[in-house]
Amino acid sequence: MELDRIQRTMFDAVRQPLTAGEGMRQRTRDGKSLRVIANEIIKPNDRLTSFERLEIYNRQYWFRILAALSDDFPGLRAIVGERRFEKLATAYLLDCPSRSFTMRNLGSRLEVWLHEHPEHIAKFESIAIDMVRLEWAEIEAFDEAAKPRLTEADLPGLGPDPKFELQPYVQLLDLRYPVDDLLILVRREQEVADIVSNAVTERIRSHARRRRLPKPEPVFLAVHRADNSVYFKRIDKEAFTILCALRDGKSLSDAVDAVDWSGRPIADASVHVQQWFAYWSAQGWFCKNA
Amino acid sequence: MALFFLSSGQHVGRSAKRRATTSGIMPANRFNGFTQYGVGIGLRIPHYSHILEKKPVVDWFEIISENFMIDGGRPLHVLDQILEQYRVVQHGVSMYFGSVEPLNREHLKRLKALVRRTKTPWLSDHLCWGSVDGTYSHDLLPMPYTFEAAAKTAQKIREARDFLEVPVVVENVSSYAEFHASEMTEWQFLTEVTERADCGILLDVNNIYVSSRNHSFDPFEYVNSVPHDRVAQIHIAGHSKFEKYILDTHDHPVIDPVWNLYARAIELTGPTATLLEWDDRIPSFDEVHDEALKANRYVAERVGA
Repeated sequence: MELDRIQRTMFDAVRQPLTAGEGMRQRTRDGKSLRVIANEIIKPNDRLTSFERLEIYNRQYWFRILAALSDDFPGLRAIVGERRFEKLATAYLLDCPSRSFTMRNLGSRLEVWLHEHPEHIAKFESIAIDMVRLEWAEIEAFDEAAKPRLTEADLPGLGPDPKFELQPYVQLLDLRYPVDDLLILVRREQEVADIVSNAVTERIRSHARRRRLPKPEPVFLAVHRADNSVYFKRIDKEAFTILCALRDGKSLSDAVDAVDWSGRPIADASVHVQQWFAYWSAQGWFCKNA
Repeated sequence: MALFFLSSGQHVGRSAKRRATTSGIMPANRFNGFTQYGVGIGLRIPHYSHILEKKPVVDWFEIISENFMIDGGRPLHVLDQILEQYRVVQHGVSMYFGSVEPLNREHLKRLKALVRRTKTPWLSDHLCWGSVDGTYSHDLLPMPYTFEAAAKTAQKIREARDFLEVPVVVENVSSYAEFHASEMTEWQFLTEVTERADCGILLDVNNIYVSSRNHSFDPFEYVNSVPHDRVAQIHIAGHSKFEKYILDTHDHPVIDPVWNLYARAIELTGPTATLLEWDDRIPSFDEVHDEALKANRYVAERVGA
């Protein structure tokens, strides 16, 4: 048998979902016998059948990627519960297997997938989506690039109506629930994991205790990084609007004009904008333009 | 040999200096950049603060490349601090030289940027496959030992080395399955691939032991048979025993039969850069380092250093 066919056959088998007892299924999802497939490519030995040897890889595949996704989304687990999360994660990883050399990106399509499969987060849809957005933003903020900061000396070169470029690690979120507080609570219970071994003996389970869910409350959040730690910074709706406009390439005047200032006296607005820019600049959120 | 110093100016290249005065041993080779590294350990998150605060004397650290192929943040900040004081060698887990599909160009570009950052004298990854049509298993899947597989794998190793401009060495993996299609033994396959690619070997003696138990072969025949002049580095590690097979888990000390294989390997290769892998249930830094330094006893006994 040629190498290409061996790899496709084995890969397809390894990616078949496990049984409830965490063993290999008898048949693939399209009805082929996994015992026949195993016998076709893998030798038995004096202790294990071909099926049992293939099963080792099948189990390790799922144990590894489920553990990685579970580590990345403890907040979602705390909202929907462990059993529902396992079903959701398995369905997601079947539809969206890893397309990256790093497991860091396993959850990159989870938000979109959940919008397409709301049945997995029934009763919790809005808050679950909010949490997934926050947890993915946290991953991005953790290791996205930090470009050289914009300094005061750079300002004259920006022209009369400057465009400010945001650091790639600054993530802006408009949330319907205060999931930032919830995630901080959940994170406190989580241990740091650094799994690099190429074998997983058993399903690694770090339980995220289900918590009382918060009531809806609009939250505007900047997820950012300072001294290599990720922070959640709540910001005013108007500040959020300006930052989003700047992120999208609008000039300063257009960004300020994008805000609905009707709730604030114009003098206050001017003071607020100055204070916000002072804070954002001090945090290094603006970078030198490319 | 590039000497390196702690911030206090203390010379820490002890092992390499000792070996350099020893007669009758194999020299450093072109597969490990003509370096003579001693006994290192893997750089792992639970040890970061200990290493940065206590600055322990360690011959070298091995990093998992993929953990640092990112654009910014704490991992790279820590790595840069480590690089100021220690020698670092890159070890990858997802190049998948044995996969039929072409090398991932984005992966190679990021890897090359990291190579420039770390100045790793050689770079290792596994003799395995793990992806099909751009979908990744994140596992080290075993190769069928065929001439077709050897040729295709060797070609990809050559391509990676040419792009990365650093010696590439390949590690034998632990395996739990054998293929009907195989045309040779694992050690013959390792030899076939490395000679076709003209690359080095990262000889993992724990993996040899694990596979020997799973597939009922003599591990010493394996160690005796590989091309010793291509061995650039050796891995040692612990594993887990189950009723019907052994799993390579890197979560225990090294057992005596694996040390015995290590001793035989260095008899044949000469003292070689050695790395203890401990990746799960990681104990204190000192416990991991002390376990790794046991390798020096075998070097002294078997090679007379």
